[in-house]
Formats: sequence, structure tokens, C-alpha cells
Amino acid sequence: MTDVTLGMPQLPAPDYPAEVRSRLEADAAEVIARYPDSRSALLPLLHLVQSEEGHVTRTGIRFCAEVLDLTTAEVTAVATFYTMYRRKASGDYQVGVCTNTLCAVLGGDSIFEELQSHLELGNGETTEDGKVTLEHIECNAACDFAPVVMVNWEFFDNQTVGSAKQLVDDLRAGRTVTPTRGAPLCTFKETARILAGFPDPRPGAVEAGGSAGPASLTGLRLAKGEEAPGRVVSPRYGGAPQDEVPPTHPSSHDAPQRTSASDPHHPAGPVAEEGE
Amino acid sequence: MTVTTERSGHSPEKLLAPVLSAHWDEANSWTLRAYLRHEGYQGSAKALAMDPDAVIALVKDAGLRGRGGAGFPTGMKWQFIPQGDGKPHYLVVNADESEPGTCKDIPLLYANPHALIEGMVIACHAIRSEHAFIYLRGETVPVLRRLHEAVREAYEAGYLGTAERRREKLGVDGLPGLDITVHAGAGAYICGEETALLDSLEGRRGQPRLRPPFPAVAGLYACPTVVNNVESIASVPSILNKGKEWFRAMGSEKSPGFTLYSLSGHVANPGQFEGPLGITLRQLLDMSGGMRPGHQLKFWTPGGSSTPLLTEEHLDVPLDYEGVGAAGSMLGTKALQCFDETTCVVRAVTRWTEFYAHESCGKCTPCREGTYWLVQLLRDVEAGKGRMADLDKLADIADNINGKSFCALGDGAASPIFSSLQYFRAEYEQHITGGGCPFDPAKSTVWADEPRSTHLGVTA
Repeated sequence: MTDVTLGMPQLPAPDYPAEVRSRLEADAAEVIARYPDSRSALLPLLHLVQSEEGHVTRTGIRFCAEVLDLTTAEVTAVATFYTMYRRKASGDYQVGVCTNTLCAVLGGDSIFEELQSHLELGNGETTEDGKVTLEHIECNAACDFAPVVMVNWEFFDNQTVGSAKQLVDDLRAGRTVTPTRGAPLCTFKETARILAGFPDPRPGAVEAGGSAGPASLTGLRLAKGEEAPGRVVSPRYGGAPQDEVPPTHPSSHDAPQRTSASDPHHPAGPVAEEGE
Repeated sequence: MTVTTERSGHSPEKLLAPVLSAHWDEANSWTLRAYLRHEGYQGSAKALAMDPDAVIALVKDAGLRGRGGAGFPTGMKWQFIPQGDGKPHYLVVNADESEPGTCKDIPLLYANPHALIEGMVIACHAIRSEHAFIYLRGETVPVLRRLHEAVREAYEAGYLGTAERRREKLGVDGLPGLDITVHAGAGAYICGEETALLDSLEGRRGQPRLRPPFPAVAGLYACPTVVNNVESIASVPSILNKGKEWFRAMGSEKSPGFTLYSLSGHVANPGQFEGPLGITLRQLLDMSGGMRPGHQLKFWTPGGSSTPLLTEEHLDVPLDYEGVGAAGSMLGTKALQCFDETTCVVRAVTRWTEFYAHESCGKCTPCREGTYWLVQLLRDVEAGKGRMADLDKLADIADNINGKSFCALGDGAASPIFSSLQYFRAEYEQHITGGGCPFDPAKSTVWADEPRSTHLGVTA
């Protein structure tokens, strides 16, 4: 990135193959039609070109510039301002650990450190198999579920070091991973297409995850005269009201369950479970 | 003093008043069908039968104030829109919730998106707008899915759509058309600032604009624009449906109504608590089980990291605009982040300051350069490499940022510096004289008090 090139200026980026171009042009026309002024479509279109290539390439920038009648410099200025636009090839799964103050203090810092050494990655780096890109992220508006990890911008609430390691291992092994709130994971490219404004086509994706996470209901339950739900310390405790993940599902965060089997210090298991 | 778990004589049933969150525990709460079961779209039916100016007057009389942080009266914002100017008017909903600690709009939109859409139908009628936008932060895809679906349902039901279709479906003569565009952002805290949001929505770098002109006069595409927070707009339907007296019966004279409080951090039961404005943190902690067992409250934010820190001496401050203001802070977003005695305040403030430095858009020199230097100094202090003079320098730099940039991001960056130096200067000094941080970060994790085996379980 920091190489200084002397001599010939960089040639214009190559165009997309004709088939890709015509497909993206049709999508772009749909996006542009949503706005009174075409330039407003730029952010969604940058998401759209990410959905094609996994990151914003020079070709993608050229495409956005051409369909919006902007210069590539204008598009580049915008693309480099926003953190969700990747500027280099990255993994199928963007794993973001919140390390803003609250999550960091509650364990996000430990989770991020452990994941870095577990995956042997630095911030923003991708595993060799191209599966996981690890980064630390800023507050993602889920502080009552701290510590929070996001994968392709789906919520993995109440994480621990163990659950987060298992999560990335599962992602790399291709095992099914279910967010605590949100739909079954799709790839980064598929997520980018939703961000461009194209609704998730998968049946059941909108319903997945239930109405609200357990912490979102704390006050409501108290207002109804029920007991406070008890702090969720491991994702397996929780589960939204419509959580349909079977309790024995061998997914990412089964591990740190405090059951009599896994926790000899509490042979009887937790005193109060979620919802009691 | 320890926050105990004893009841303070007021039961949660009496202190809380779920309105927006009332049916979040039902199956499929986010659907139109569930919303209609709970008086959904009854407020908009009343509003559409009223003169737009009467709707503005009603919201103004109800006293609804902005829930995004600044607390500006919502009805007044609507009233500022010039009428008969021949320009299109726009409503833009600020759903770019990213203030550290703030976590109310995202669960609200996840569980009950139609409250927002109905509020937008009402607001657009009031300000005579035929195109509204929801600027949602991009990092919350589950919410985006539900907004896509809720907007689709609203078109299908005729709350949105062409004039002909709305007139036919809603049975109201003379209705104009109404479109809502859901727009996903791309990761930039600054876009929660209303003028930066507008630039971003116009397809530019999200950098704040100089005001005046205010968005009400020259906002989106230089047209009159109202920018409102999600919770502000979502609170409107119930006011229309149940009346301003009902709304004013909650809260105080100057801060009427209900709101969502978000409790997080070292508490026994974090979560969302919807109740009248003016509830206290002590009441919220009492009803929800207090701080985590065996620990004491050390410091807290009343409304996100940009609002000056408070301490346990402020537990009885009424959490409304005036009450928190009088205590030297701001109500902000009602993001009550509670930290206990295991937390290093220097670490907390350093991390927030790193956030502001990262998110500073770079437009204004005091903020861009000031936040950078604050981070350098704070990292040194935290690592025990600071000098006593650095503490005055921190305050001096914060003072040079505060109020000296286009938008409030810089002010927000200064808040934790000023307030932490005010209440915890000794702790900063301890880092300098002791040559490092006296706290063990492991003790402040959620699993710190659990048996060791539980959080390391899967490493084997």
C-alpha cells in the first residue's frame, strides 16, 4: 500500500466482464431509482460492488463512477471514508470484536487478544484459508449483551473467550453457526447485497432470532411483575423467546455451559435460568 | 455505599411503563399483524384525518423532546419547516445509533419496526413530505432485514405508496403519495450527526455542515428537511392515539412522556427499561437486582460516552433533561453504562478517546488534532509513563476542542476527560506516581467472579 511508484501513472482499472456488468447495471438502476438524486445511490452501490468481489476494487470504483457520472476520485474519496468498505481481498466471514470501553472492560479485550493469538492474526488480517477476517470494532449498539462479537454484522451476544474461539473454529471448518440475534450466517458478499438494499431472499431469514433478545426484555418482564431474568453469561443460557435452536445443537457456543457435567464447582447447575 | 438489591418501596410495575416495548415478548412482534393487535396504525388514522398544522401543534403541546441526545422539542422542529415554498420536503430518520453505550434504537427496530413507520407516516403528513428516508447504520443487518420487510408490509397495506393507492386503502381523500427508502450506512459514527448524515445520504463523505442554514431550511438536496431520532418518531403514534394528556401524565413538566433507558455494564441484569422520564438510576438498579453481586458502582454515564461521567453520589438524580443537566451532565441517549470498582477510569476514558480520534471526520482542526494528542497523552498516563503536567495538558487540550468545532463530536470527546479529571484525578495521579495501572483488567470481565473453568472451557 505504501509503495511509491515512479514513472507511468496507473492505468485505468479494467471493466467488469460484459455479463457481470449488465447484471450489475440492472441492479444499479434499481438502486438509483430509490432516490431523488442519483448520487445518493453511491453508498448502496459501493455495498453492491462489494457483493460482487468481496471488497471495493478499482474496477468497482470505476463502475460506480460510470453509472453515477462521477469521477473515480470522487468515488474513491467516499469509499475510503467509511469503515465497512474493505479495500483489500478479505475473508468470507468478517469477525469483529467490540473493544469499545464497555465491551472491552467486560471481556472484549481478552476475547480479541485470544482470537489474535488463536488465529495468529493481527487486526484486519485474514486467515490463509480465506475464511475469517479478524478486526476490532466500535460500539455496535448491543451494550446490554456485552461482550459482543459480530460476524458479517450479525449479533453474537454475551461472548466468552471460549465461545469466540469455538465460533471462529466453526466458521473455518464450515460448520453451521447461528447468531444469538439475526439470521443464519451468509457470506460477506451475500451480506453486502442486503446492505445494498436487496432484501434477504432466504425463507425464514427475517424471523430468525426471535422477536427480541433476552436483555431487551428485562424491563418488560419486571413491569409485568415477573422476576428479573438473571444475567446471561453464556450465549447458551439465553435464547430469544422464539429461539428454535435445539438445545443440543453442536454449534459455536455450546462449550462454556455451566452444567453439572462441565462445571464441577456448580454440580447442581445455575440457580436461576433465563426466563424463570 | 453499596447499591443493594432491596426494593425501595416502589414496584417495577408502578415505576415502569412499557409502550414501545410492550409487545416485544410476543411471537413475531416485528410484523404488521402483531403491531395491529396492539393499536397499531390507529394514531396515524387519527393524524391523517387532521389538518397537518394541528398534528404539529399536538406533538408540540404534548412536549415530546428529541430522544437522540439533544432533547430539542420534536414539534418545534416540524414547525420550522417552511410551508408553501414549492420545494419538496423530506423526513430523514436518524437510525445511525453508534454512540458508545447506546443500544435502544436497534432493539426497538428489531422488535417493533412498525412503530417507526407509523410515526413516519404521521410526521410526513405534518410536514407535508412525500418521501422519507431511514438512515440505518450498516453494521446491524438483522435490523435491516426487518426494516426491509416492515416497509414492504406497509406498502402492501397502503400506508405507503402512490396517492391513489393510499386514498383507496386508507379511505382518506386528498392524501398525497408517500415513499420510504431504507438506506444502510457504511460505518461512520459521525453520520449520527444530522448534517453529516445528510451529506452521507447525498452520497458524500459524512462531514458536518456549518449551520445556519439549518436542515429545516436547507437540508437534504438543499430542501427543507426534518431529521429525527428513531425513538422520537416512534413515540409519536401513541401520542396521537392516546392524547397529549396521557403523554403529559408521565414524566415532568419540562420532560414529559416515556422513554427507553438502557442499562449495561457491571449490573446484575442489563437491558432495556421503558418508563416515565425522571426515574433514577437507583430505582432502576433496585428493581433489576443492582450491581453484580459483591461489587459497588464506581462511575456511570447517563447517556452514552459523550455525556460527562457521574458517580454514586448521583444515583438519585432524576433521569430527565433538566435533572441530569443540573447534575453537570446530559441525559443524552439514556445509555446508562455502569462500571464497578474493578474498572480503571483511565483505561475507560482512554478507550473512549481512541474512539473519538478514530471517528473524528477530520474536517475541523481542533477535533482532528486534539483527539489525536489526547490519545497520545492518555496512553502514556495509562502505561505509567505520564507526568503530572500531562493532566493539566489533557484538560487544556479538551478545552481547546470543546465548543470549537462544527459539530458535537469534539464536545463529546472532551466530556469524559473533564468529568473523569473532576471526579477521579487522584486515580490519574496514581498511574503516574505508581508507574502503571493499579487495576487488574481480568477482575472487571463478566466472568471474573465465576469459577475458572467456565470461560476457558473449550480451549482443551
